[in-house]
Parts: sequence; structure tokens; C-alpha cells
Amino acid sequence: MKPSAFAYHAPHSLEAALDTLAELGEDGKVLAGGQSLVPLLNMRLAAPAALVDLARIDGLDTVEVTDREVRVDARVTHERLRTHVAATDAIPLLREALDWVAHPVIRNRGTALGSIVHADPAGELPAVLALLGGHVELASAPGRRTATADDYLVGPLESDTRPGELATAVVFPRPEPGTGSAFDELARRHGDYALAGVGVTVTLDDDRKVRRADAAFIGVGATPIQVPLTDALAGQASDALEPDDAIDLARSTIDPEDDIHATARYRRHLAGVLLGRALQTAAARAAAGGTA
Amino acid sequence: MTATHGTTTRTAAAHERVEVTLTVNGTPRTASVAPRRLLSDFLRHDLEMTGTHVGCEHGVCGACTVLLDGAPIRSCLTFAISVDGRELTTVEGLAADDGTLHPVQQAFRDHHGLQCGFCTPGFVMSACGFLAENPDPDEDQIREGMAGNLCRCTGYAGILDAVKQAAGAFAGSATHPCEQHRVDADATDGHDREA
Ligand SMILES: Cc1cc2nc3c(=O)[nH]c(=O)nc-3n(C[C@H](O)[C@H](O)[C@H](O)COP(=O)(O)OP(=O)(O)OC[C@H]3O[C@@H](n4cnc5c(N)ncnc54)[C@H](O)[C@@H]3O)c2cc1C
Ligand code: FES
Ligand code: FES
Repeated sequence: MKPSAFAYHAPHSLEAALDTLAELGEDGKVLAGGQSLVPLLNMRLAAPAALVDLARIDGLDTVEVTDREVRVDARVTHERLRTHVAATDAIPLLREALDWVAHPVIRNRGTALGSIVHADPAGELPAVLALLGGHVELASAPGRRTATADDYLVGPLESDTRPGELATAVVFPRPEPGTGSAFDELARRHGDYALAGVGVTVTLDDDRKVRRADAAFIGVGATPIQVPLTDALAGQASDALEPDDAIDLARSTIDPEDDIHATARYRRHLAGVLLGRALQTAAARAAAGGTA
Repeated sequence: MTATHGTTTRTAAAHERVEVTLTVNGTPRTASVAPRRLLSDFLRHDLEMTGTHVGCEHGVCGACTVLLDGAPIRSCLTFAISVDGRELTTVEGLAADDGTLHPVQQAFRDHHGLQCGFCTPGFVMSACGFLAENPDPDEDQIREGMAGNLCRCTGYAGILDAVKQAAGAFAGSATHPCEQHRVDADATDGHDREA
């Protein structure tokens, strides 16, 4: 249960980090909060030749809130984002999802962006990013690029982060006015990865009828599973939502697996129950003025 | 190794031992360690401070919890070299110099919040960090706040009662939950110590 030996680099700037990562190529691995990587190193499921620690980089630690989006730099911890009033007022779904991410002690070091790079299929933030249609900004010595959630989250524990690349920020677009959101999940112990969970957004028209609805599920597929629900819910009154069609649609779209914690059948059932609850909550929030 | 702070990239080869200095419970402590040295092992092996326990070594049990600049973290998921220069509080730093227990420790004792004691340092440190953030928690908040620590003996009831008592104790005391307990007599004998 000890990591194998690795060379250590703690660059002082983004440029220095990109130079180091370019030099190391396939041998280099980024160390952010370490809350997913260090368990893998300790169990020797990963044994990179070198780590590039973001701890001493000057910068990369801003949360920026604009009319259109919330932009979160690579070194911002879960806890800092969770307690960032402007960011969570702009996108209340962030705070609700982050309340479910791990335990407070883990959130003190783990980074929001790190959990997206790590791409655990039960991770909350990858689902929020997919649901809101956000993107990740990446930098390498040759240049910069952005990747949408759909392109970036390619498989279980697999994001499209290439050798030599550093994810510098994640951008969550603000939902349109009149939108309510909710995140619900079930875990064996609060703070553990969920057996299944779901984030939803519901947008109402001026008559408080559903105009648009979307869901993204965690723990029931290789990546966050997005299910567009507008067809199943459009035109329904926000205070008399009948989510059965939406639930059926979701249950037939997701692809859960058996594991030691729960059967696929149970997960499919659970996902539907959680969806029903989350939709009611989100619709009520939208009707109460929209959490945007 | 190149320079440690400021504008220079710090590097260390895989088996190179580099000096790491942390202020532990108010005292600067230095040891030469390889980059792969976990903070938990830095404390236990290099500094011979075995109050911090190691259970799972992958972040699940919480036995290794310590305070980094006042906030609780898992020492088994942190490399010593990553936190060079920063301040740590471990369970050894809580009781007063004369042995009087810190209010969190006293509460665990009063409520039988421990049996074998293996998990206790982690619970105590998590509780300190939790109470600093939530000075007046309700029972649900206490459960959630302590959910990151595992105990295989007590059944948790005593632990939750202890955290509740400790919250009450801090409400009427000048002690910050994350600082060493100071006994009143101490303050009057002119012996001024950094808490
Ligand atoms: C007990 C426990 C319970 C947990 N429960 C949950 C949970 O319920 N939900 C949840 O979402 N997470 C959970 N986590 C994981 C936690 O959210 C991690 O913080 C997160 O997954 C990784 O973030 P990090 O900053 O710690 O990244 P690290 O562990 O440092 O890195 C993780 C991976 O991402 C790469 N990486 C990180 N940042 C960058 C970057 N900027 N650029 C390029 N590559 C990068 C690393 O190279 C590595 O491959 C849990 C962890 C533990 C130990
Ligand atoms: S030893 Fe660190 S969490 Fe178990
Ligand atoms: S007292 Fe034995 S593990 Fe908690």
C-alpha cells in the first residue's frame, strides 16, 4: 500500500508546468488534489514515472462568474466551489451536486476539475457538466483547445486528456431563466460514490408549463447518461407533473451493471425513483421563480 | 533538487531524498524523504509521531485525518513534499501541556466514543475541523460531518454524542476547536505559548 517511486516536479507557473509535461510526455501525470490519484498509486493500480504537482503554481485558482457562465480553474477545491456564494447563486445545481461529492475532509483537497478529468461514472460533477452543456479548457506546450462534455467524457475513468496536456479550467454555462434544477442520489454512506444518482433541469414557459427538461444520470453507465425529457414532459403543468413516461424512458436508456453494492435491476429501479423526485423538486423550484 | 519556493520549479528525482519542513503542532520539524513519502508515513516513520493512525491507506476510513492549516485532510492521500512549508495539527497537539484533555477528547472519553481506540485520532481531528466550520450543528449535520470516518467497535452512537457535547463545550469557551487546549492556570503563570 505504498506508491512506487516517482520523480517529482512542482512548477511555479502554468508555462513551466506545460514545459515539464511536454518533456515528460507519456511518463508524466498531473497531481491535483490527489484524492483519486493517490489511492490508485497506493494500490499500485497506477505507477507513473513522474508527477507534476499543481500545488505551487502561481495562479490557476480563480472562480469567475459572468452573465453566461461559471468558470472554475484547475486548483479550485470542491469545498471552495461549494461555498462560493456568487458561483452557487448563479448555478444552484453546483452546490447541490457538490454536497454529494465525497466527505468534507476529501472535499478540502480534491479539485472540482480533477473529478471531471478523473471521469468516474459515479462522479457528480461530470454529470452536471454534461447536463448544462459545459466544456473543459486544456493547455499544452503547443497550444490550447476546448472540449465539450460530450467529447471529453469518453468512458469509465477515461477523459480525453492527452499526454502533455493540462486541464486549466472547467466552464459551466448558466441555465436559461425560468429553469429549476435538482440533484438526488443514493449512496450506502453519505459521501461515498452513489449507487445511482441524477441531476435534472426543468424550464417552464410563461404559463408555468414545461417547455424543456433534461436529465443526466450517474452510476448507471460508462459515462454520465444524458436523457432528453422534453418530449415526455412538454406542456405539463409544473404543479401537476406526471413523470411516469419520463421515468420509463430513462429506465430504458440507462445501462447499469451489477456489482458488489447493488444489482443492475435495483439500480435501474432506483434511478427511476430518484428521477421522479428530482423532476418534482426542479419543477417546483422553476415555478418559484427559477433558480436559473 | 532546485530551490523550494517562489519562482523556481521544484524537482526531485524518484529516489532522491529532499528536505521537507512542516510546522507540526507549533514546532518546525524537518526530515529528508523521497517524493513518494506519504504525509501519514512522514509523521509516523520520520517524525516518530504515531498518534496519527493508518487504516486503509486509500482515503476511505479517515483514521489518518490531520489538520492542514486548520482544515482536516487525509494524510494518507497527501505527499509530504506537496505540503512542505505548511502547518499541521495532529492529535498529539490537542491536549494541554499538563495533560488536561482538549474538549473534543474529553467528550469522547465522557461518552465512550471509543473502544479499541484505533479510529479515535481520526475521529477527533475530523470533529475538530467539523466544529470549526459548524459551531452549532444539529444531529443530521453531525452525522454527515462524521460520515467520512469508520469505526468498527462503537456503533457510532457514543461518537455522535461526544461531538454534540464538544459543540456545547466550545460554545462557552475561548478554545478554538482546532487549537491546543489551554488550561486557565497556564494563562496566569506568565508562560505565554502559541496555541
Ligand atoms: C473516500 C472517497 C470518496 C469519494 N467520493 C466521491 C464522490 O462521491 N463523488 C465524486 O465525484 N468524487 C468522489 N471522490 C473523488 C474526489 O472527488 C476527487 O477529488 C476527484 O475525483 C479527483 O480530484 P483531485 O483534485 O483529487 O484529482 P487527483 O486525484 O489529483 O487526479 C485525478 C486524475 O485526474 C488527473 N488530473 C487532475 N487534475 C488535472 C488537470 N488539471 N489536468 C490534467 N489532469 C488532471 C490526474 O492526473 C489523475 O489522473 C472520492 C474520493 C475518496 C477518497
Ligand atoms: S488511512 Fe487514510 S483514510 Fe484510511
Ligand atoms: S474504537 Fe475501535 S475502531 Fe473505533
